[in-house]
Amino acid sequence: MSEDTTAQVLTAGRVQELVYELKIEDAMVRDVQTVNVESTMDDVRAILREQKISGTPVLCRGELVGIVSIEDLLKALAGGETKTLVREKMSPNVVTLYADEPLVHALNQFARYRYGRFPIIDRKTKKLVGILTKGDIVRCLLRRLEMNHQARERAHYRPGHLFEDVVSDKSTLVLRHRVEGSNFQRAGEASSRLKKNLLSLGLSPDTVRRIAIASYEAEMNIVIFTQGGELVATIEPNQVTIRASDKGPGIPDVELAMQPGYSTAPDWVRELGFGAGMGLPNIKKNTNEMSLDSKVGEGTNLRFTVYTTNPT
Amino acid sequence: MLRELADILQAEELCNTQGDNVQIDIACACDLMSDVLLHAKAQCLLLTGLTTTQSVYTAEVADIKVICFVRGKRPQRDVVELATNKNIILLATHLPMFESCGKLYRNGIKGCSEV
Repeated sequence: MSEDTTAQVLTAGRVQELVYELKIEDAMVRDVQTVNVESTMDDVRAILREQKISGTPVLCRGELVGIVSIEDLLKALAGGETKTLVREKMSPNVVTLYADEPLVHALNQFARYRYGRFPIIDRKTKKLVGILTKGDIVRCLLRRLEMNHQARERAHYRPGHLFEDVVSDKSTLVLRHRVEGSNFQRAGEASSRLKKNLLSLGLSPDTVRRIAIASYEAEMNIVIFTQGGELVATIEPNQVTIRASDKGPGIPDVELAMQPGYSTAPDWVRELGFGAGMGLPNIKKNTNEMSLDSKVGEGTNLRFTVYTTNPT
Repeated sequence: MLRELADILQAEELCNTQGDNVQIDIACACDLMSDVLLHAKAQCLLLTGLTTTQSVYTAEVADIKVICFVRGKRPQRDVVELATNKNIILLATHLPMFESCGKLYRNGIKGCSEV
């Protein structure tokens, strides 16, 4: 590929945006192989061969003083000057770039000087911090394009698009979770699954947290007081409603049950960290609407709704 | 960072799928999970003596990333497995609740009602 075609490819569309967005430090190689001015051209040959590179910066007491490339090495070899010091054979007057400059600047400098590499300098400390070849730029751009692509794929396959993809006058997603009575080992699993589902539907974490807390309290009530029941979550584009229902025993005094701190839980439930009489008040606190309908001997139906922003 | 937190609490790590890069600025100390659900803020540290699966489920629904069991209590293996699955970090310290809270507070960790 000629210099001009490289430049054309690297300045097309999204790539063009990227070369302005990205900085040289995003593309440069930080772990720079260097050589000392007092080294011989033989040393340079060993470094270039071992590291599989075609040039390296030359340092004198830590300061960048030149650059030595495979061309310099070939000339030295041809002249039988393998024991000659790097100082004699390097190209002084190195053109350097700053790490914080945009990548497009590096591309322009590559086109202008036709060098294979540029040492990269920190603007403040003036120290060598990296090295940049055209290959590094291409690798960096490809990596970024791949990342953008993956992000787009993820966004596309997220179930959050459900309400966009399914066209109807009113779309509703219903998730049903069975809750076993008295099974404390599993108590919380239904709410845990619901939380995961709502997050993958794209609802905001704050909203999901409120729904999950309310759902977990309702789930614990079913586990503690009943033979079992279910949690049914009805998800609509602008709200989530949960119905927690069971077949008994029912709440004799709903008003009393709603009072913070009131609890009829036996001691063994309290030992499990529940039964503090905060369940229903806590559900109320975290939801926008709540209604409780209970008949002794028949069962309890608790409904609550949390308004959400559009999941998509 | 988590390492500093564990050092302050003289705590041992029981499970951690998240690495050291976990920032904790606030904590909640409580044995009643209903109270945790009511008062704890998301991303806080939960200090508790409750070592059942309910402490892990409570942490999960309340967006709590780290639980430290106090008073030398150790959870059963199924609790540690559940926490691993839910990506919740478990620590355990021999310190009692009050000392644990005091050490954290002295080191700049705030309460959930202070933020």
